[in-house]
Amino acid sequence: MTKGTVQNKDKFLNKIAKRLGRERRNSGVKLPEWAKLPQYEVFKDFSQDELMEQFINHCKNIHTSVKVTKKESLKETFHEAISDLGGKSIVYWNDDRFRYYGLTDALYEARAHHNIDVHCWNPQLGEENVKVAEKANIGITFADISLAESGTVVLFSNADKGRSVSLLPRTYLAIIPKSTLVPRMTQATEKIHKMASDLGRMPSCINFISGPSNSADIELRLVVGVHGPVQAIYIVIEDE
Amino acid sequence: MGIKTSNEKFFDRVEKGINDSFMRKAVVEAQGRLEGRKTQTTEELGNWEDWRDLAEEIRQHTLENLDYYLEQFVENVSNQGGHVFFAETAEEANEYITSVVKDKKAKNIIKSKSMVTEEIGMNGALEEIGCNVVESDLGEWILQLDDHDPPSHIVVPALHKNKEQIRDTFKVKRQYDKSSDPTELALFAREQLRKDFLAAEVGITGCNFAVAESGSITLVTNEGNARMSTTLPKTQITVMGMERIVPTWKELDILVSMLCRSAVGQKLTSYITGLTAAKEEGDVDGPEEFHVVIIDNGRSKILGTKFQSTLQCIRCAACINVCPVYRHVGGHSYGSIYPGPIGAVLTPLLEGYDDYKELPYASTLCAACTEACPVKIPLHELLIEHRKDIVEEAGKTSFAEKLAMKGYAFAMSNPGVYRIGSKAAPSVIGPIAKGGEGKGPGPVKLWTQIRDLPEPTGESFRKWFEGRDKKGDKS
Ligand code: SF4
Repeated sequence: MTKGTVQNKDKFLNKIAKRLGRERRNSGVKLPEWAKLPQYEVFKDFSQDELMEQFINHCKNIHTSVKVTKKESLKETFHEAISDLGGKSIVYWNDDRFRYYGLTDALYEARAHHNIDVHCWNPQLGEENVKVAEKANIGITFADISLAESGTVVLFSNADKGRSVSLLPRTYLAIIPKSTLVPRMTQATEKIHKMASDLGRMPSCINFISGPSNSADIELRLVVGVHGPVQAIYIVIEDE
Repeated sequence: MGIKTSNEKFFDRVEKGINDSFMRKAVVEAQGRLEGRKTQTTEELGNWEDWRDLAEEIRQHTLENLDYYLEQFVENVSNQGGHVFFAETAEEANEYITSVVKDKKAKNIIKSKSMVTEEIGMNGALEEIGCNVVESDLGEWILQLDDHDPPSHIVVPALHKNKEQIRDTFKVKRQYDKSSDPTELALFAREQLRKDFLAAEVGITGCNFAVAESGSITLVTNEGNARMSTTLPKTQITVMGMERIVPTWKELDILVSMLCRSAVGQKLTSYITGLTAAKEEGDVDGPEEFHVVIIDNGRSKILGTKFQSTLQCIRCAACINVCPVYRHVGGHSYGSIYPGPIGAVLTPLLEGYDDYKELPYASTLCAACTEACPVKIPLHELLIEHRKDIVEEAGKTSFAEKLAMKGYAFAMSNPGVYRIGSKAAPSVIGPIAKGGEGKGPGPVKLWTQIRDLPEPTGESFRKWFEGRDKKGDKS
């Protein structure tokens, strides 16, 4: 990777140091021990079941319906969700979890029996993926981490997991293995913090998604569905 | 646009504001709803004060070590192939941004909401070189279509407009022929802006928080427009105030949580997006090139002074949503893109007192802003500090102006005298009227028109705020 350019750094930072009345600090700054850590109190010691209950409860506030299912009936629930979202056309991540949970087969069936266009994100096809996603009715991804407090799915993008899949289609479907549930953003950012210190290179895009897009810019009246998806459904797999 | 939103005199703006009954009704309703939602989400935590203490501590530590964290941030951005430009002034920033755009031979620019790009007047600079710049935040887009009407609130920029006015704007500017139903209006914006997202060669965003440890920038949004602006165009330019930084993702957690709760009463907004440099090799979507422009534009002047805590601000607008003066005069009265208590403190710091010396007096010092602030900026105390400095500076100005300032300050800062001030107006405002302010009502009289300020008897703000409906202040 070629290093990017940095302009005017020293002049700018020297001025800041001078204003702060000291020499430039290039090293030796340690984070203090914060006096209070209220973030760990939220859903402290909750079991996965309790977290799931909180998650489902909060989804009512964010206009997102949740379907809870066991692994063995996932396929049916999946078909049901697709039909709730209006079928037609689907784009989904090239993610092993689709195969592992039998959803690739479910998607073949949808194509064969219900005449639904199905497109798996394929980096080889380049821009074509974005065009398909833009026209698609449903975008489907797995959740990498899920947050009970806010009804959030966290997605890490990469070549096979395009950003567009959860953004451009008219509706969005997220598949959530219960084991991905943590109390709140705190536990997710801790993982990301570890990635940053261990990996060096972060996923170029990390999304915390909580329900469909919305706006209250007109008279503070809530409108669900603006630029991102206008409708969202979550499927929680409760025995995974 | 720049920070300044009006060339009218302060009192003329205020007069316009308090006579605009639609705007006032909108503001009263908006404040009520936003404040209600905030209270609900903060109270259910049960330990909101602990959260505020932590948030304050994080912001203070970061500002004390700002050079260190900025250096770490840009190191990480550039190591991952991103480009960084430090701009001391608005002109330097605009020069860099326009040069990147020219270099890309770009004509179509899509923007997601960013106060700092407003502050530096970036749109104008890009339009001058022939670019078509489109605001994609719904509120900002409405204002842009309406011949660049200035924003009146930092989170809900078109707060002063009703849905009928918005429908009419769409009709005149975009041949819209449907109803004034907000859902229909928003759907229309979705259709119209899709084309702009797809056509844009460059996406420009602000930055809620930059994360030093990974060189990431984060965007906190609901509409999805910031994601569109950073997914489709080939080049991304992010513009950030230099203070908008956190050490690690762990502190990001706290500040994002505080922002979402304080701004809109949500636990998290629909989208919190963390972006690190350009897309990776092999990635299909996302920008091929990433630039971040870090702006001073007067901020460093605030560091190391008694006003330093102003830079802790996370732009949540909670102080605006509880301010009784904002409630009565509306956002445009402040004459700045930053209205309300934070605007009254920040604007004179960035722009000087010449045009904004009245702002620190646009407060009843009821301290509701300070109580509401999630990062514990002592806003009302800073307003008093401003007043002290202004009076000192006024020593150099004409006698009449000094008196005007005093009479006005007197009435505003001293509730015990407020009523007397308005009753005994002639003796207080006499010299002002004679002293050449000339036109319009004198300041004290004007403020007495703002009915229903907190009682001068020292009734607490809370009590007043809660009791306001009973007093028929709904209208
Ligand atoms: S001063 Fe405090 S309350 Fe006001 S916008 Fe800034 S952070 Fe929010």
